Amino acid sequence: MTETLVPALDPATGRPGLSRLSDDDLELLLLIRHFELKLLQLYGRGELNGTTHTCLGQEYVPVALRTLLGPADFVFSNHRGHGHYLARFGDAHGLLAEIMGREGAVCGGVGGSQHIHRDRYLSTGVQGESLPVAAGVALHLRRTDPGALACVYIGDGTWGEGAVYEALNLAALWRLPLLVVVENNGIAQSTPTAAQMAGTVAGRAAAFGVDHHLVVSGDVNEIRAGLEPLVARVREGRPLAAEFVTHRLGPHSKGDDTRPPEAVRAAAENDWYARYAQDHPEHFHRFDGPARALVEGVADEVAARPPSRWSPCA
Amino acid sequence: MRVAENLNAALHGLLDDDPTAYVLGEDVLDPYGGAFKITKGLSTRFPDRVITTPISEGALTGVAAGLALTGNTAVAEIMFGDFAALAFDQLCNFAAKSVSMYGSRLPLRMIVRCPTGGGRGYGPTHSQSLQKHFIGMPGLALYEMSPFHDNREVFAAMVERGEPCLFFEDKILYTRPMGQADPLFTVRRDGELAVVDPALPEPAARPDCVIVAPGGTAHRALGAMRSLLLEEEISCRLLVPSRLYPLEVGALLPYLGEVVLVAEESTAGGTWGGEVAHLVHQRAWDRLRGPVRLVHSAASVIPTAAHLEREVLITESAIHRAVREALRD
Repeated sequence: MTETLVPALDPATGRPGLSRLSDDDLELLLLIRHFELKLLQLYGRGELNGTTHTCLGQEYVPVALRTLLGPADFVFSNHRGHGHYLARFGDAHGLLAEIMGREGAVCGGVGGSQHIHRDRYLSTGVQGESLPVAAGVALHLRRTDPGALACVYIGDGTWGEGAVYEALNLAALWRLPLLVVVENNGIAQSTPTAAQMAGTVAGRAAAFGVDHHLVVSGDVNEIRAGLEPLVARVREGRPLAAEFVTHRLGPHSKGDDTRPPEAVRAAAENDWYARYAQDHPEHFHRFDGPARALVEGVADEVAARPPSRWSPCA
Repeated sequence: MRVAENLNAALHGLLDDDPTAYVLGEDVLDPYGGAFKITKGLSTRFPDRVITTPISEGALTGVAAGLALTGNTAVAEIMFGDFAALAFDQLCNFAAKSVSMYGSRLPLRMIVRCPTGGGRGYGPTHSQSLQKHFIGMPGLALYEMSPFHDNREVFAAMVERGEPCLFFEDKILYTRPMGQADPLFTVRRDGELAVVDPALPEPAARPDCVIVAPGGTAHRALGAMRSLLLEEEISCRLLVPSRLYPLEVGALLPYLGEVVLVAEESTAGGTWGGEVAHLVHQRAWDRLRGPVRLVHSAASVIPTAAHLEREVLITESAIHRAVREALRD
């Protein structure tokens, strides 16, 4: 292990500093961050239709998983999926065009923010629904593409859905290569986890004999090192629930944050963005400005495109 | 050959011809072979592609969708069609939507079999005909088993469609013979439509009434047609479409007359017949003597006791009466 991977203690907070990221990881993290900030800005200006759910504060989850997943793996995302998509494809133009209903949209502007399908990536807007589908896909992969897995992103709130348990049962029973990534940001829309979940995610996974791995770190390198051997076991048919204790910086969608100020502050204190800027200022600033400028450019270019075209009967 | 045997043969045929085909559901393995024995022999011949599932209708439908999403042909069995309610989200919000909500057409070869209907004393939650709850969902097609449609052919049509299909199987049909043996009538096929006319040319030439019925109600319609012909010299034609939704109403038009009636087992309210009537009115209003008549079961739960169940479900005599009333007006 190199020196940069060993986190040093931050004297101010007493918690470990973040290890130095690869340029690729930092660029991707910043791309997602500025993409999401841009969306909220566009909504604020009335330039987007409908709603969106940003992953501000949670960007590091799909970035950490990026190198652990391969092109043969199937990824299922959810309503808060921009980071998942960008970590997979890096395609800010196609995603923004999808959200803005412009030419070049990934799904013609039909699916919008939360219904995207591209190659082996698919997101849906109904909580828990994708787990049984992912079980079916994992069954297929196990038989035709050994070593590939199906990865499903869900949240803490998703555990209220029965579909989760039906699918976990199948995954354990059929020894499916299914990786369930739980982004436990402590709040389901406006309801704190403590007010909607009895017991724990770990306990629920254990009930099905499904492995559980708790990730409290926000350090991409550290998370990867911890997950790597476990993901390898998933590929051999040992399903895993990887639970990330994470923090949603922004509102559930837009302008609907009813959390007390101290909760919002606590989330902000955990933000990798500010932490990394502090721990690695030179590295951070070398990439932050360009990422912001890149997203600005994407937004200007995509906004100027003509509307996407689609025929309902096609 | 009985309908159940024909259906079983169709599943054998599908698994035989299509190496990507799967059959999954609760208790589908041998020696049990499914609650209605429709999957008998399948798991013995195709152990890798016939999968028994826990009692999880939502999940098994989702798994079928996942298999379809990755290019397979998936046939899921819902033990009693009533339980399709537990799979509603997977059908409505996932499978049906996925065909088109991602901007370009995403073909899904997926069939969900639903043993349906009453008449066997299974009571209110095991006897329903839930077709009407799935009508009008873009990307979801509804088919119904019939003694006049070879199931292998119907399966091929559903697979060819490339979108999720619900296949309703009236349980009463399982033990009945394929085709019909009544010498009073002849059956012919026009595409997916089965047309049943009196065998004698004279009454066949100008039917007094045309009855449209899905496969599960067809034999009751035929029974009514027999008594109407013999007792009252009323001639009827029966039209049995294989696909209930979206209904190809154009295929019915050449066979309609002035009086049209739809007979189905659904309970009253928001029925398939209402949809058929609307489509027929749009295309053939000028040719009709009056509005299309609807005959269905009562607006009631379906009781268990045989004498009570008979009072609720559509019967041969109810169809007989409805035809007479329609002709009297």
